[in-house]
Amino acid sequence: MQNNASSAAAVHADAHGEAHNPALLHHFAEPQQQRDAASLGMWLFLATEVMFFGGLFCAYLVYRLKFFGDFAAASKSINMPLGATNTAVLICSSLTVVLAVWAAQTARRTLLLVSLAVTMLLGLTFLGIKGIEYKDKFEEHHVPGASFSFDKVEIPGHPHQYADPSHAQLFFSLYFVMTGLHALHMIIGLGIFLWLFAMAWKGRFTPEWHTPVEIGGLYWHFVDIVWIYLFPLLYLIDRHP
Amino acid sequence: MPTAIPQPVERENYLNKEYGVWSWLLTTDHKRIALLYLLSITFFFFIGGFFALLIRLELLTPAGDLVQADTYNKLFTMHGMVMVFFFLIPSIPAVLGNFLVPLMIGAKDLAFPRINLLSWYLYVIGGVMMLHCMLTGGVDTGWTFYAPFSTSFTNTKIVEAGLAIFVAGFSSILTGLNFVVTIHRMRCPGMTWSRLPLFIWAHYATSIIQLLGTPVVAVTIVLVAAERALHLGIFDPKLGGDPLLFQHLFWFYSHPAVYIMILPSMGVVTEIIACFSRKRIFGYGFVAFSSIAIAVFGFLVWAHHMFVAGISVYSALVFSFLSYAVALPSAIKVFNWTATLYKGSIHYDAPMLYAFGFLGLFTIGGLTGLFLSALGINVHVTDTYFVVAHFHYIMVGGAVMGYLGGMHFWWPKISGRLYPEGWARLAALIVFIGFNLTFFPQFLLGYMGMPRRYYDYSHMPEFQVLNVLSTAGATVLGVGYLLPMIYFLWSMRYGKPSSDNPWNAAGLEWKTSSPPPTFNFDTEPVVTWEAYNYDELDAPYKQEVPVAK
Amino acid sequence: MSDHSSAKSSPLPTYFVVFFALLIGTALTVYAATLDLGKFNAAVALTIASIKATLVALFFMHVKGASEKLTKLVVIAALFFLLLLLGLTMTDYATRLWS
Repeated sequence: MQNNASSAAAVHADAHGEAHNPALLHHFAEPQQQRDAASLGMWLFLATEVMFFGGLFCAYLVYRLKFFGDFAAASKSINMPLGATNTAVLICSSLTVVLAVWAAQTARRTLLLVSLAVTMLLGLTFLGIKGIEYKDKFEEHHVPGASFSFDKVEIPGHPHQYADPSHAQLFFSLYFVMTGLHALHMIIGLGIFLWLFAMAWKGRFTPEWHTPVEIGGLYWHFVDIVWIYLFPLLYLIDRHP
Repeated sequence: MPTAIPQPVERENYLNKEYGVWSWLLTTDHKRIALLYLLSITFFFFIGGFFALLIRLELLTPAGDLVQADTYNKLFTMHGMVMVFFFLIPSIPAVLGNFLVPLMIGAKDLAFPRINLLSWYLYVIGGVMMLHCMLTGGVDTGWTFYAPFSTSFTNTKIVEAGLAIFVAGFSSILTGLNFVVTIHRMRCPGMTWSRLPLFIWAHYATSIIQLLGTPVVAVTIVLVAAERALHLGIFDPKLGGDPLLFQHLFWFYSHPAVYIMILPSMGVVTEIIACFSRKRIFGYGFVAFSSIAIAVFGFLVWAHHMFVAGISVYSALVFSFLSYAVALPSAIKVFNWTATLYKGSIHYDAPMLYAFGFLGLFTIGGLTGLFLSALGINVHVTDTYFVVAHFHYIMVGGAVMGYLGGMHFWWPKISGRLYPEGWARLAALIVFIGFNLTFFPQFLLGYMGMPRRYYDYSHMPEFQVLNVLSTAGATVLGVGYLLPMIYFLWSMRYGKPSSDNPWNAAGLEWKTSSPPPTFNFDTEPVVTWEAYNYDELDAPYKQEVPVAK
Repeated sequence: MSDHSSAKSSPLPTYFVVFFALLIGTALTVYAATLDLGKFNAAVALTIASIKATLVALFFMHVKGASEKLTKLVVIAALFFLLLLLGLTMTDYATRLWS
């Protein structure tokens, strides 16, 4: 088994007291083991995040099937071009993330710094556009609560049938919780990338060791994937002209 | 006054390596973190036990005369929340798992020692939040905090309690994450998957559940908090929301959670039975895979908590069938333990007494679970004391017995001292008697129709006799719990110092000193033998005639 | 996850191909939402989203190629349990009105 082979080799390395990478933590036998542990750890964490968002997708699924027309009406009232733009923004940021990892692997310091910075800028752009959307929803009284109103909005494809405001409020509750939680993860991602940028600035990453860039990248891609599902589910229920 | 007995040779170990509060509070040594957890969960065990005491005192008489109805609601809620989230779920993994997983696989520490410390701090923060919540009014929804009562109608501190559980849940997730990565990446040379102690397999399975289940209850808590604080009505029937959706999301975690509570205990019992029968476990592969099967199947059955809540009958049939299926891997374990005992050389030390208790009580609890899975019976006994007895048989008769057995078995390794065996056997007996006296009457009460979560049963005063027996049993059980706490503490100063392997047990943890050094092993172990090699361990003692040279 | 295979050619072309595929997928899903496909609108949207997600996972997250089987197992396990949550919950909602 690969693990045993590398561990067996490690027994010899330790016994000879060879100098090793200062980033190697004491309880690991060798850098590869440490890298593999970090990677598995991040993948497992992403699995927990799948289940975390999964609960929300479950609620969404149940109510969308139950109140399809009302959900379609509510969905049509949110700003699809902004949502589509945000999708493109995140896709671009995933590209810059993967470029950052490649830059770290190939010792391209400038590209690494630029990629990390552009990723953060794109993340901020995403949040800015989200902020505009939220502001619009607030002004249209689509924020659930005492001042919510959704009167006389036609159900798409059913002229003269109006959406039930309480079911529409359900849609918006889910909309705000799901996109809000997603935005929170985005903000955390920005924090992580800021820290990566600072580490990269100080020259801490080398082709031999750039694990934080890799696992930070995994996190960012996951946040992108969540949005890849949120966009069609929330914005594109029914966009028939 | 006996004089304190010092260690014969004061070797450096994880306990004496450094002194001072900060060397403990900032430690990354998995063994010290295990002890930090031991202190914290014992504290919460007392708190949960205190609420249990008040409940049992109230139920001594049919009238609701000790506390008011609202207060009683808070008592059983806080008892449940504290015991489930702050005692049972962390208990074995956070104490015994943290201590033993690296030792058993020949590693120097867990994969992420700092995250391990973070786990403990998260647990403590969640615990402090829960304490504050309790001291400033508490919660009255039942530990299951069903919507819409929890979201729309109760005035108690749901958001705070929910957030406390959320934070503690994160602690649980990180512990699970640490264990899975450790078991995959940090096994020493020669420690293949099929040589792992079954305790490790049990904790691996537990960790899978912690990782995949806890996030769902976490997001459910977020939704409940959002509904209360921001008036987002996800479960509000007035908005078309469905309270049953809450129950689906809640039980998706909370059913697998009960497997988080029992699987580690099963792992402990496996180790104890092998050691005290001096035999390898019968059907190692079956026991290992049954742990994984329990973890996976456990996610398929949650709606059996909702049979009478209004779910579709067809769905109920599916979940009833699956609930029968989930009993199979547990039964496999019971058969394998029994087969291990057969023709074994049985020793009745305290850990083994707890293991025997586990075998019988877990079997009763598990079988009554099958009763509950049958829709016809469920309709009659749901929300009665039958259910209460069922889950206490598993969680106390099962999980807590396993925990106590494990604490006794590994106490010499953890502390370097031997506990007093005579007192330990007596305590085990008292716990067993007290437990059965407390909870067996509750099966009868439930079957006869006494509802749970009622502070007043004056409409059926004939329930009193069994309730009095139950309360008497609870008192005996309490004494049984106090005894180990006293003599474990006593042994740390006055107990006989332990050798490396006082039980002559199999397992890498017994190949290092008691207590172990900070980095566990002086040299990295290389494993060339199978698990539970009791034949080899006992061989030196079996020769009747010295071999002529 | 780490760079065992630095001997192979640059991954950049793959990254850009996937990038453009993702953008095209986004445009496609927006366009498909304007068509009246009845019940299939949802299926099409989810299919496109799943293809995009798979591309990100396989190529950007390096599930394809550099990883060992364990990573794939973790991904599959997460998806499996998510589908379990959605599917088994739907056994209730889908059949509530049957009787």
